[in-house]
Amino acid sequence: MNIKKSIDTANQEALEKMARVQPILVDIDLAINVIPGMDKKTVLHAGPPIDWEKMSGPTKGAIAGILVYEGLADSIEDGYDLAASGEIKFDPNHDHDAVGPMTGVTAPHQSVFVLEDPKTKARAFCTLNEGRGKVLRFGGWGDDVLKRLNWMKDILAPTMKKAIIHSKGIDIKSIISESLHMGDEAHNRNRSGTYLFLSELTPHLLDTADSEIVKEVFQFVKDNADIFHLNLSMPHSKLIADAARDIEYCSLMVAMARNGTDIGIQVSGLGRSWFTSPATMVDGLYFPGYSTADACPDLGDSTISEVIGIGGFAMAASPAIVSFVGGVATDAVSRTERMYEITEGISKSFTIPILNFRGTPTGVDIRRVVELNETPLINTGIAHKDAGVGQIGAGLTAAPIEMFQDALRTFGKKFLG
Amino acid sequence: MTKKIDELVKDGPVVINIGLRSFFEASKTQGIPVVHIKWEPPARGNRELLHLLDKLL
Repeated sequence: MNIKKSIDTANQEALEKMARVQPILVDIDLAINVIPGMDKKTVLHAGPPIDWEKMSGPTKGAIAGILVYEGLADSIEDGYDLAASGEIKFDPNHDHDAVGPMTGVTAPHQSVFVLEDPKTKARAFCTLNEGRGKVLRFGGWGDDVLKRLNWMKDILAPTMKKAIIHSKGIDIKSIISESLHMGDEAHNRNRSGTYLFLSELTPHLLDTADSEIVKEVFQFVKDNADIFHLNLSMPHSKLIADAARDIEYCSLMVAMARNGTDIGIQVSGLGRSWFTSPATMVDGLYFPGYSTADACPDLGDSTISEVIGIGGFAMAASPAIVSFVGGVATDAVSRTERMYEITEGISKSFTIPILNFRGTPTGVDIRRVVELNETPLINTGIAHKDAGVGQIGAGLTAAPIEMFQDALRTFGKKFLG
Repeated sequence: MTKKIDELVKDGPVVINIGLRSFFEASKTQGIPVVHIKWEPPARGNRELLHLLDKLL
């Protein structure tokens, strides 16, 4: 078989494997109990691997803060000292079957959603979403942030855990599929997904928890409706993308993630190697009092959404998203249309009403990205460049071309010899 | 032919702009009906990458 045919066959196999995955929310547990390779001195972060010295301000701040939460440091200052001491191991979420939005910080005693594919038993993990504004995942810190994290561990997570187990599993793929018909793109607009999730969970909450606690949990999720479901959408997408990993000759991207310093991609046929470029700045809408000068470069594992054809690739489903990330409604349609040029297939699960229910563009082929000089479009939140502040806006960016060119060169070396 | 040239002078051109976006913007600013087609040389004209793509795509 010639190499072009081998690549086409491998890419089709990858798309079929991705389509077969059915991510089901089966549990919530502490990260140390369920995430492979997690221990008391490990903290996971978003994006490709990075040393402490090179980490962005919000990532350092989130790590210092989570060390206080873990009881390993007495103050935020102690947290910085401990993180810099070399005693703590830092690893990308992606290397541990996990994903995390923005700084993506995942620590041993944070609760995580557990999603599982019933056929393969593969799993993916993600922390529970704290809401917007001054929150840990954007590098925000303070007594209020710590108090919220503890409430999430002690009340929110155990309450939801009982309800999830009582439900015998919640089908997240069906929720996202439906939410795209209700105005979400499932990256920066998750409002419909959150409401659908709540409607699935509520009967089980009422069966398993005291009504005052149910009210408290319901109120928290409702108050953060536009973002809560992201932390379910992301591990759902991770589980789907991971099904396409390690297929010989496959030229599809299986991960794209940013750590606030670098952005990196992984390619199915090239194993665990990361191909990186400096992270880009995000062109967006800022909260009052902030501007581009305050922004951290692009950050987070949430671009796993675009890897499987939702988020920036499904913007045509979500004209309302432009009020949050900028642009006009017709831009949302044209951005999705551009992505068909660099993808191998169209999704059977995620369809777009305004495009006559055409499936979303799915499976980014690095060959087409390099040929057309058209890179994946991303919509994303914007963190303040300094630790302690949190989210300051949201907007749009495109992945840089250079890392795709590097990946293609390595792909050529491996398969052409 | 003369009739067509007359029409062009009378009605003005309708422009299809391929490639450089600045020509599209300039035409639009002057009120000329124009559509833009995004085009650039494959792989930004990089010979090494074109050679690779020729074998892989």
